[in-house]
Amino acid sequence: MTTQTTRRTPSRTHGDVTETDVAEAAVSVRDIHKSYDDRAVLSGVSFDVSKGQVFALLGPNGAGKTTLIRILTTLIKPSSGTASVLGHDLTKDPARVRELISVTGQYASVDEELTGMENLVMIGRLLGESKRGATARADELLAEFDLTDAGSRRVGLYSGGMRRRLDLAAGLISSPPVIFLDEPTTGMDTRSRSALWNVVTRLAEQGKTIFLTTQYLEEADTLADRIAVLDGGTIVASGTAQELKRQVGGESIELVLDDGTVAREATEGDPERVRQVLNAYHAAGKTVRTFSVHAPTLDDAFLALTGHPAARAPQDTKENAR
Amino acid sequence: MNAPATQSAGPARHGARGMSSELVFTKRSVIHSLRNLDSLVTAVVAPVAIMLLFVTVFGAALDTTVGGAYADYVTPGVMLLCAGFGAALTATSIHTDVSKGFIERLRTMPIRASGVIFGHVFASVLRNLGSTVIVMFVAVALGFRPTASPAEWVGISALLVAYILVFTLIAAAWGLAATSADSAGMFSFIALFLPYLSTAFIPVDNLPGFLRGFAENQPLTLVIEALRGLATGSPDQHTLVLSAVWLLGLGVAATVLTTVLFRRAARK
Repeated sequence: MTTQTTRRTPSRTHGDVTETDVAEAAVSVRDIHKSYDDRAVLSGVSFDVSKGQVFALLGPNGAGKTTLIRILTTLIKPSSGTASVLGHDLTKDPARVRELISVTGQYASVDEELTGMENLVMIGRLLGESKRGATARADELLAEFDLTDAGSRRVGLYSGGMRRRLDLAAGLISSPPVIFLDEPTTGMDTRSRSALWNVVTRLAEQGKTIFLTTQYLEEADTLADRIAVLDGGTIVASGTAQELKRQVGGESIELVLDDGTVAREATEGDPERVRQVLNAYHAAGKTVRTFSVHAPTLDDAFLALTGHPAARAPQDTKENAR
Repeated sequence: MNAPATQSAGPARHGARGMSSELVFTKRSVIHSLRNLDSLVTAVVAPVAIMLLFVTVFGAALDTTVGGAYADYVTPGVMLLCAGFGAALTATSIHTDVSKGFIERLRTMPIRASGVIFGHVFASVLRNLGSTVIVMFVAVALGFRPTASPAEWVGISALLVAYILVFTLIAAAWGLAATSADSAGMFSFIALFLPYLSTAFIPVDNLPGFLRGFAENQPLTLVIEALRGLATGSPDQHTLVLSAVWLLGLGVAATVLTTVLFRRAARK
């Protein structure tokens, strides 16, 4: 189920925040706090995203993912702490930062009354393109996002997946080097999801830095070079998917006994240990009907790190007070 | 702050120059108006229907009340009613842009996001000027006979444009302040009913005392009386000056309010 794409090894993978040279980092976040009235949404978040990396911020609903994205895309100011995009401070030079980023939100913020083509041309014109230049770029992007046929139709008639793709295309008109995707596939069906994953992979291959938030482990596992788990307003773990999985231990086997009970035994990938387990059950007079080997999943890691299972479908979930 | 990081930063875009982003937004809002059935009906069908209704259905009964041709009496009021009703749609359009995240997206781009409000306002002025011209044609067909001089026509046009602009700005502020599509749409009711509490359709003598005080002094009455004076070739300085003062005051207040609310809309 893992579509491993060609990836550069992340420059630094272990530990928490590594003091990367700020100029090297595409996105640098230092001790960001954000509270509304007395409610703390983010309490001391720090990390770096290297240039060209696909970085996933993983966390349940209410963990503060969207708040962090809103800060990083200049929409709101942090209560304290600093952050920069390609060396430009977000609070001091938001105008410059806006030239370097694009944002695709949870809800496709495209104009439903206009056609796909008109949407892209409009954004191009707003960015100072000539009419001809904007039209050419729109054609290019529609083709790239498989929307050429839909280009002349009103966006109001698009499916959710098409809207999301158009939204992403609109963000790419000025070819920004850093792309923010806030829960890009939440609420999408499997097909639209994998279509969007392909787009993200392609953008990564073009050398873009991609910062995505997600509540789906599979998404982080498939796309990201590096994952940070945000829970209750702080980063509780970060590293590659492999490293996160390793944090929660090794393989185990699951046994289904004749009487229908299910047991799980740690094996750490050692065949000798498997034999011992099976012998022990035999000696105890219990018949094992079937057994299966389980590698640790990101699910297990998530559960171990946050103390609650990962979201399967988008729904309620309150602030996760620690 | 440091130069090296910017080199690999891709093409720098600085947004459209001068007023061109405002024009792009205006074009967008005009397209919206043309594609939206609601706004077309409001802009074209409502003026015709309301004019016909008042002059042909109530007109005969009211000729004596107003002392003259009812078409002459009622036309300025219907113009303002239609323009106000049409301008009220701006509240809904702007609320939609806020709630669907369109304005938020603009704010993450290197452009002047407030241009989107300018676009809505400018498009509303164009749309409702069209609407008042339709009222005018229907009115003339039904017996409206203005006797204004060219200078007075200029005055009429200026007053109408100012009225539409101010009403649209108030609608814009309303749309930004609205917390739901329903509350944004509420502005249409105000626009629809405010003219009934003025001299738009009948002289105030027929109203009960407590309403009369309001109806006599509310800005709509002043603008209507000023328009009547201009249309009949007898401009009334009192109502003209008061209208101008009201419109200027409301216009400035609505602009300030819109600016503040627009800033606030994203700082949450």
